[in-house]
Amino acid sequence: MAASSDRNPPPFPAAEDPEPGLVDPADGDSDEGEDIFVSKTNPVSVSRGVSQPDRGAEDPPDLFSEEEEASSTTAKSNGVHSDDDSDLFAEAHMELNTDKPGSSAKKELSASSGPRSTSTSTQSPAAMQPTSLEQLEEEEAKDSFDVDVAITNPEKVGDGMNAYVAYKVSTRTSLTMFRSKTFSVRRRFSDFLGLYEKLSVKQSLHGCIIPLPPEKSVVGMTKVKVGMDDPSSVEFVERRRAALERYLQRVVCHPSLLQDADVREFLERDDLPRALNTQALSGAGFLKMINKASDAVNKMTIKMNESDTWFEDKFQEVEAEEQQLRKLHAVVDSLVNHRKDLCGNTAVFAKSMAMLGNSEDNTALSRALSQLAEVEDKMEQLHQEQAASDFFIFAELLSDYIRLLGAVRGCFDQRMRAWQRWQEAQSTLQKKREAEAKLLWANKPEKLQQAKEDITEWESRVTQYERDFDRIGMTVRKEVLRFEKEKAKDFKSQIMKYLEAMLQSQQRLIKFWEAFLPEAKAIA
Amino acid sequence: MMEKYNRRVKAADVTTPQSSQYGFLTGLSPQSTLPNFKQNEFSVVRQHEEFIWLHDSFVENEEYAGYIIPPAPPRPDFDASREKLQKLGEGEGSMTKEEFTKMKQELEAEYLAIFKKTVAMHEVFLCRVAAHPVLRKDLNFHVFLEYNQDLSVRGKNKKEKLEDFFKNVVKSADGVLVAGVKDVDDFFEHEKTFLLEYHNRVKDASAKSDRMIRSHKNAADDINRIASSLYTLGTQDSTDLCKFFLKVSELFEKTRKIEARVAADEDLKLADLLKYYLRESQAAKDLLYRRSRALVDYENANKALDKARAKNRDVLQAETSQQLCCHKFEKISESAKQELIDFKTRRVAAFRKNLVELAELELKHAKGNLQLLQSCLGVLKGNT
Repeated sequence: MAASSDRNPPPFPAAEDPEPGLVDPADGDSDEGEDIFVSKTNPVSVSRGVSQPDRGAEDPPDLFSEEEEASSTTAKSNGVHSDDDSDLFAEAHMELNTDKPGSSAKKELSASSGPRSTSTSTQSPAAMQPTSLEQLEEEEAKDSFDVDVAITNPEKVGDGMNAYVAYKVSTRTSLTMFRSKTFSVRRRFSDFLGLYEKLSVKQSLHGCIIPLPPEKSVVGMTKVKVGMDDPSSVEFVERRRAALERYLQRVVCHPSLLQDADVREFLERDDLPRALNTQALSGAGFLKMINKASDAVNKMTIKMNESDTWFEDKFQEVEAEEQQLRKLHAVVDSLVNHRKDLCGNTAVFAKSMAMLGNSEDNTALSRALSQLAEVEDKMEQLHQEQAASDFFIFAELLSDYIRLLGAVRGCFDQRMRAWQRWQEAQSTLQKKREAEAKLLWANKPEKLQQAKEDITEWESRVTQYERDFDRIGMTVRKEVLRFEKEKAKDFKSQIMKYLEAMLQSQQRLIKFWEAFLPEAKAIA
Repeated sequence: MMEKYNRRVKAADVTTPQSSQYGFLTGLSPQSTLPNFKQNEFSVVRQHEEFIWLHDSFVENEEYAGYIIPPAPPRPDFDASREKLQKLGEGEGSMTKEEFTKMKQELEAEYLAIFKKTVAMHEVFLCRVAAHPVLRKDLNFHVFLEYNQDLSVRGKNKKEKLEDFFKNVVKSADGVLVAGVKDVDDFFEHEKTFLLEYHNRVKDASAKSDRMIRSHKNAADDINRIASSLYTLGTQDSTDLCKFFLKVSELFEKTRKIEARVAADEDLKLADLLKYYLRESQAAKDLLYRRSRALVDYENANKALDKARAKNRDVLQAETSQQLCCHKFEKISESAKQELIDFKTRRVAAFRKNLVELAELELKHAKGNLQLLQSCLGVLKGNT
């Protein structure tokens, strides 16, 4: 491994440590790293992600500029040059380094932007305490994203039961942390699931809302594997492709997640190791199920005394909304089915009309009936498109958000668990103190030392957990606000799109009937 | 002289639909007096059974063998509506008050629409009879229109229904035999083949149009529920998004009404048209059958006459019989030709009228929808 990819703990701001080998956010010890920064960092525009050029101005110059310089001095083959200023996102010259193995180049990139992301995304919530929520919201409003992902070209690879569908994931970005401006890789469904697994393990502990990938479907996939080229398999693949695209777009829109090395690796790395824990019937799968069950039990037994009613209110809101969306989704589903029926029935009717037109012996009427049959044929086309629009724009939007709301609830659960940990630590501390008191009374000095050490340890743990809890609370609040904004934006844009599609459909309908009317009038 | 009837058919108060026991007023006011009508304007209440009785009396009348008997109006069918009402009642607990009242109103409107349609179809039957130069003079018809008491027409009892059934079986078997007889007359030969094919295709088209329109109605119903659901979402809060939902819900309410009207109009102009011509083409087929039957009888009578002449026995009887058959056959043939030509003219005219109206209505509704969508999108875009 190259020296530059050594994982050193992040240097103190004062130290002129030239080592750019900063901790990967992916690294487990990033949590410890954050503690070092807590006192030092000023409230920075928090985990807002990566795309604001003005961020440089807001950064505390001491912390980041040094790292900038540090990284620039040692970043030899690294394409990312931030040598001009503290603005990490100056237009970078992206040259993909092919001689370096993908992973270490990755590490370097993440290394240079690592400290920023680690520090900002993980510790800033704590440092954020002085900042008010309003300021938060204001800053959120200045978001702009510079990453665009698209998923195209689903292709079946392989044969038989081992076949899978590979999708082309193309990214277009102007962010400097990527190796180039546009690039694409091929990924399969389990890769997406793997990414989700990695992210949820890391980030959910902090209270982030992780977007959810589309669900597995054994039936759907088997059909595709077996090689049936029928319309339902095609639809299945298309549905999955669209869902994966939405999933990925949501991931890159999330400021903290975009910083995550796993995400970048996913987008850039040509050869991703296969995610093995995502198979439904694997050992990991079972473990997950068991964990979920135990979590559910835990939830039932914990009763948290809520000091902040915001959380309770929000939680209920989320639950109510989820229910409403489910109802709406069921109706939209029914609409999709009825439209598909209408489609089929219209096609059949059109044929029948054509036959009738053939038998009709009055020529003008016969022609008119044939024309009617054609109009109905075109209507069938319209209905088909409308049904697709119903489904892909409306129904999928709803199902996405139903699951996302579930993820939001998950966040709240994380916070609850953090509270639980804190409470448990407090009770342990209490016990230790009692133990110490007992020892004092029993006058056993040798054990007293141990007891005192225990107490100090647990005292620090209690403070740690309390801080964690507060931090998670902040993150959850922030995330929920961000989520709600996203949701409002998403719903509005999607529904408008849906209405536009309806509008187009009506316009074409008008054209069809206008063409038919003179034919009908011409019947003599 | 074609007398025009100014027909007023008013629906009587029907509060609960009991299968065939519904009555309605037929207000008939002939504008010019017919000598055999006792008054100028009169109205009676008639039940569906009585219409069937009238129709059957035409069919059974030998004198009318050469005419296309206007098809009987179909039985009023409120079953589907009643079922839906029942289901609604059962599901009352699972939906909000607004949803329930809304759906109830919908069903009541649907019920009313079906009722109106049924009444209209009965009226069409009577108008057809009144427009026919011969049938309108029928005594039964006059009794039907004038006799202001119950005609005491009972529905067929089991025995009669069984008789009818057998009669139909015999008739269709006979029809097959008779149909095999090749007609010398080109006109009738052509008509036979044409009607057979046409009838089958109309039957097919009618069934398929029904299915299509039902899907359309279902989709409109769904849009109704979507509107309600969006409304609930919109009333949760007063955020921007909620206001958005409310606006969209309003839009869907309106478009749904239009969609429902589109389905109803398609039903009226297309499905009903096809159904009607299904029945008329059947009646025309029946006419052809009767004529073929008469032809076969005529040919048989000819053969019998030849045989009688050969044996020189019962010649007079055979001659009379042959004369009768010949006369009957020729009479039928003559009127049948005219009837079939009229049928074609009527058919073309009806199709023209309905297709034009259908196209115009479709356009009207689509434009309405378009306008709604445009204005809503305009408002929504302006707000965001």
